[in-house]
Amino acid sequence: MISIVDYGVGNLFSLKSSFDAIGEEAIVTGDPEVIRSSDKIVLPGVGAFRDAIAKLSSSGLGDVVISEAKSGKPLLGICLGMQLLLDKSYEFGEYEGLGLVPGVVRPLEGYIPEGLKIPQMGWNALQLKGSCPVFADTKNGEHVYFVHSYWCDCPEKYVSAVCEYGAEVTAAVMNGNVYGCQFHPEKSGPVGLRILKAFCKEL
Amino acid sequence: MITKRIIPCLDVRNGRVVKGTNFQGLRDVSSPVELGRFYSDCGADELVFYDITASAEGRKLFTEVLTEVARTIFIPLTVGGGINTLDDFDRVLKCGADKVSVNSGAIKDPMLISDAAKRYGSQCVVLSADVKRVGEGYRVFAKGGREDTGLDAIEWVRRGVDLGAGEVVLNSIDTDGVKNGFDLQMLKDVCGSLNVPVIASGGAGCVEDFVELFKALPFVDAGLAASIFHYGEVSISDLKKLLNSESIPAREV
Repeated sequence: MISIVDYGVGNLFSLKSSFDAIGEEAIVTGDPEVIRSSDKIVLPGVGAFRDAIAKLSSSGLGDVVISEAKSGKPLLGICLGMQLLLDKSYEFGEYEGLGLVPGVVRPLEGYIPEGLKIPQMGWNALQLKGSCPVFADTKNGEHVYFVHSYWCDCPEKYVSAVCEYGAEVTAAVMNGNVYGCQFHPEKSGPVGLRILKAFCKEL
Repeated sequence: MITKRIIPCLDVRNGRVVKGTNFQGLRDVSSPVELGRFYSDCGADELVFYDITASAEGRKLFTEVLTEVARTIFIPLTVGGGINTLDDFDRVLKCGADKVSVNSGAIKDPMLISDAAKRYGSQCVVLSADVKRVGEGYRVFAKGGREDTGLDAIEWVRRGVDLGAGEVVLNSIDTDGVKNGFDLQMLKDVCGSLNVPVIASGGAGCVEDFVELFKALPFVDAGLAASIFHYGEVSISDLKKLLNSESIPAREV
């Protein structure tokens, strides 16, 4: 069973529906016990980093996610959920992240060439790096759906996929049993569902 | 590279698609779920559901059907029509919509844009404007293009973006239904300097119109159309093939 961590930000309807569609049991939950008893964890997120990290720490769910991930449980962060995995973010200030993947979250503004629109909104092609189990059934160049204004600046060894948006932008990260994708697999058609399925099959 | 998006728009009344016709292999062309899945399979990059229902009962049917669509189709869904309050945002977002498009409701109360952007994020708020040439300028029309609001389109769209709209749909009343190509001049004049994604609407009659749009106006991110897709005059997969062959990046499935 997969727990989709509900810490009060965003709509988890599509995420839950996509696990239903691939025949995987998933529960939207904010209950630490349910998260601890699940086989895998998905950390979603939309909105601002500081609000999300504040809710994760005040609810205690951030600590639950950290300890479960450190005990080896597969964890997938999606969109802001991936950014939360890093050491810190420079969105509206400077905020500590969960520290599960080395790296920092930086604005696209100033990183990508001027004239490109922010957020990056739309379908971009994945360029896979190395072999990440989450992309076991994904081909290089397949398109996934992005909506983001900040990006994950991580050491190369943790970057499992990038996309080109005027510059090389991190599309996915991996650190042992911790995975993250900047794009929305639940909004990326059959390609996205295959990515979620691969995460479910991992380990 | 980010691809240009192709977006079919489905008008829904009382939970049924209006104008959905002429599809081979579809049992029920007025079912939003079936038609949505058909478009998703053909490579539509996003779907827009426009609720043209007037009654409360019809609105309830719309939200039920939207929930079903969101449960079965995994591409971005935008909902428009009858969005006047934050409660309306809440209602459709809970059903699985990713973005909400505002038009007349934002003209009545522009703070709807900023309130919604604050609560749900700019990426969720789409400003849709129906624009027509009046005299020397461009004027915004409300109520499905029937009522001249007196608002200057260039100023209105800029204000909407300043208030927090994360995307703009510009629908040209002048070219809508004419099927002789998008309104390139209007798009350029009204949306040419925006820093948010722009979706062109109104006037597409054939695949070449999309090629012309994206070649002439590189700032346009997406093309939206309704009847040419519904009546099968343009197939999305053929259109995507043509775009790629013309070096316009498009996602093929």
